[in-house]
Amino acid sequence: MTRQQVLDLYFMDARCKLIEVAAFLDRVDRATGEADFRTVAFRDALRHLASEGTGRTAAVLRTLSDPTEQPVERAPGKGAVGAWPG
Amino acid sequence: MRYIEPHGHMVSRTTDDYLDMVTAGCAAVCEPAFWAGFDRGSASGFRDYFGQLTEHEPRRAARYGLPHFCWLCINPKESEDTRLAEDVIALIPEFLGRPTVLGIGEIGLNKNSRNELRVLEMHVDLAARHDQLILVHTPHLEDKLKGTRLILDVLRADSRIRPERVLIDHVEEHTVRMVLDHGHWGGMTLYPISKCTPARAVDILDVYGSDRLWMNSACDWGESVPLAVPRTALEMRRRGWSAAAVDRVVYQNPVRFLSQCPKFRLPEEG
Ligand SMILES: [Zn+2]
Repeated sequence: MTRQQVLDLYFMDARCKLIEVAAFLDRVDRATGEADFRTVAFRDALRHLASEGTGRTAAVLRTLSDPTEQPVERAPGKGAVGAWPG
Repeated sequence: MRYIEPHGHMVSRTTDDYLDMVTAGCAAVCEPAFWAGFDRGSASGFRDYFGQLTEHEPRRAARYGLPHFCWLCINPKESEDTRLAEDVIALIPEFLGRPTVLGIGEIGLNKNSRNELRVLEMHVDLAARHDQLILVHTPHLEDKLKGTRLILDVLRADSRIRPERVLIDHVEEHTVRMVLDHGHWGGMTLYPISKCTPARAVDILDVYGSDRLWMNSACDWGESVPLAVPRTALEMRRRGWSAAAVDRVVYQNPVRFLSQCPKFRLPEEG
């Protein structure tokens, strides 16, 4: 696809998601009380958006991943929250 | 358009979904054994579930002319209790001869624990002893990268396992390369929020090629879209893929992988 075609197909959708992210960060900042590791991970992942090249998606996913290699002793429940608590 | 839904938890869906899928061109659906949303208390609960997957659900799908196949296992979400897992794995062989059972799945990891790993190894051993295809579930979100690596290590450690007979599901941009490099097939799951969107799935096909990838909705009792595969086919067309190229991904690829099990036969093929 040409860049023009990609823009025609996806610009409005990406614009919408970009504004949603900005609004989410504003909402977090307006709110009271302590945040947690998820805000830290989110802001860390955001850095990749401004980088060059085509590896941004994988870089964001890796930033939000558990980087350790050994299995855990016991499963701490069943769910996942989207960022690694550390 | 014709397509195959290679991963749908149809016991959790309504007959309306069957009707919509067939209307959209679905030619076969494959249902991996799954977590019910609550922990089953005994192996006998699984015996009933395997009966549902191998007898009741194919009958329900047949009312819409849709061939229904399944995979059997105890899901990683219930693998922390290794005693229960041993009991369930012990009763699987009596179901493996049934005409619509394709293999062992969806096995894998959920929170990457030692017990989950042990149960994964037991399933891999079961599949190897009975020469079964394997369908692997990779963990969600922050656990996926680590879990995928651990799963690939387990599969590589068992010399009886032929990589091309294993499909690793729910790959994303940070795991797809390692799965394909190990010689396995990869599955992309099209979820509205937590996994791949149609646009990203087509990106992955563009970047990594479509030779050993398939797409599925993994529709279940949670937020999921039973028509996610045909909708992604539409996305491919919007991006300039030919009808023949779309057909290769949404129909021929699943047929190629699944036909490694001789029981996978579609009506038009006789
Ligand atoms: Zn599933």
